[in-house]
Amino acid sequence: MVLYDLTLSELRAGLDRREFSSVEATQAFLARVAATDERINAFITVCAETALDAAAAADRRLAEGGAAPLTGIPLAMKDIFNTLGVRTTCASKILANYVSPYDATAFARVKAQGAVLLGKVNMDEFAMGSSNENSAYGAVRNPWDTARVPGGSSGGSAACVAARQAPAALGTDTGGSIRQPAAHCGVVGLKPTYGRVSRYGVIAYASSLDQVGPVTRDVRDCALLLQAIAGYDPLDSTSVDLPVPDYSSALQPDLKGVRIGLPREYFIDGLDADVRAAMERAVATCKALGAELVEVSLPHTEYAVACYYLIATAEASSNLARYDSVRFGHRTTGPGNLIETYSRSRDEGFGSEVKRRIMLGTYALSSGYYDAYYLKAQKVRTLIRQDFLDAFEKVDVILGPVAPTPAFCLGEKTADPLQMYLSDIFTIPVNLAGTCAMSLPGGFSGQGIPIGLQLIGKPFAEEQILRAAFAFEQATEWHKRKANI
Amino acid sequence: MKISRAEVENVARLARLALDETELDALTGDMDAILAYVDQLNRLDTAGIVPTAHAVPMANAFRPDEVRPSFTPEQALGNAPQPDPAGFRVPRVIE
Repeated sequence: MVLYDLTLSELRAGLDRREFSSVEATQAFLARVAATDERINAFITVCAETALDAAAAADRRLAEGGAAPLTGIPLAMKDIFNTLGVRTTCASKILANYVSPYDATAFARVKAQGAVLLGKVNMDEFAMGSSNENSAYGAVRNPWDTARVPGGSSGGSAACVAARQAPAALGTDTGGSIRQPAAHCGVVGLKPTYGRVSRYGVIAYASSLDQVGPVTRDVRDCALLLQAIAGYDPLDSTSVDLPVPDYSSALQPDLKGVRIGLPREYFIDGLDADVRAAMERAVATCKALGAELVEVSLPHTEYAVACYYLIATAEASSNLARYDSVRFGHRTTGPGNLIETYSRSRDEGFGSEVKRRIMLGTYALSSGYYDAYYLKAQKVRTLIRQDFLDAFEKVDVILGPVAPTPAFCLGEKTADPLQMYLSDIFTIPVNLAGTCAMSLPGGFSGQGIPIGLQLIGKPFAEEQILRAAFAFEQATEWHKRKANI
Repeated sequence: MKISRAEVENVARLARLALDETELDALTGDMDAILAYVDQLNRLDTAGIVPTAHAVPMANAFRPDEVRPSFTPEQALGNAPQPDPAGFRVPRVIE
């Protein structure tokens, strides 16, 4: 048995039957990281020693009886989650030496269950990017083809799961940062409804959009990991106090009575032919499973990218003002007064995409431009949100592509920021609407590159997209293919 | 042009970014292109539309005002760029 090939659920079963220990499983994943990460670059920090200590503690807990669903399960965390005593860089030079004095709630919850932290994984700096090329710690490569990007910004989270360096990971999604890399790496990724999972201790990018979610090998694992992190947290004033359903019990093998909406704006001329073919196959599969397919319209889709790049950058410019080199973070060694120290430290510490977004956001919020840009974008956001509410009057879930193309090559879109931004056209509207959505494997391109399907659900109806995803997964074999790395 | 180089310099000052000449040149072009792109929002009539700040409606979140454990001075100062047990060291502010 190759332990690193096992899913989270398979590891759970094996640990419970004492077929192997958490220490053995953890060693297998750490060895896999050591053997493959030179080619992938998914990890910024590997926690070999503390992982084995945590695994040994989990084994004792298993022996005593009293194991939780994640006891002894190795996990990777995007390097945006504060982890007590472990460096948290957010893939930025400005936080190169930052060691958090506390745990993010999402991490605290999996840790309390006895999950084992394998390490902190790579991402676009401050979660700003769609290709993971914006990391101060080097680009991540796609395990299916190392000439291609893994997607971003949670590129490390998706790549490490696809490369079986970790059975699962947590990521964050502000404009598609879980779903798009999950699609490009052929794994499952879920962005919960805004407010479903606590963001306490998650380094902020755009606070009205950021949300934490799982990246896993299959839908069952996704339900398990979401279960562990979902729920109200008094430490996050935007977390919502609603009961958390039992996600695993929502998983059913058919789609009888489920109304699935197909938004006509998601099936545009620019859609890659392989993506279109995968969508057509998925529609046929859903019909065969008993779903009713209904055409719907999300008429403001074309405005979503423009809307997002005003709102997200405005919020980012405000959130990133805290990196002033006073209390933590990089400080310039050059001479100067306080303002010069701020400005030089920030210029030296931030990468170019982060500076570009801070600049755009500062401009959008500046005196004389606020109404024309930021307020206008917030009004358009209302229209985009209303599109979804209207569509959900007619259907239970919405099915569409995650990205217009499969993973592109490194360097292909770095010269033109706008082209890069447009690759998020089908994921951004969900964040603006604040609802939930997931990506699941839906096929492969002619060149063997994974293609993701997106299922979008009503606010706080994660169990409905999980149900649909599970039924689709049971009827297909895409999720069983493994990247040859 | 949607934005001039002088405006970009002013935004950099507001954003506390000591950008060099090359960065200012590149950003002027990038921001000009992005601002031209986002102009498409003006095709939409948003008169009477209520702006959305958060997608999930929520009122103020309150917690009880009670004393709870907090960081020790060592923890709070642990990441300071210029270590000093007395506080955070910064360049002289008052001449």
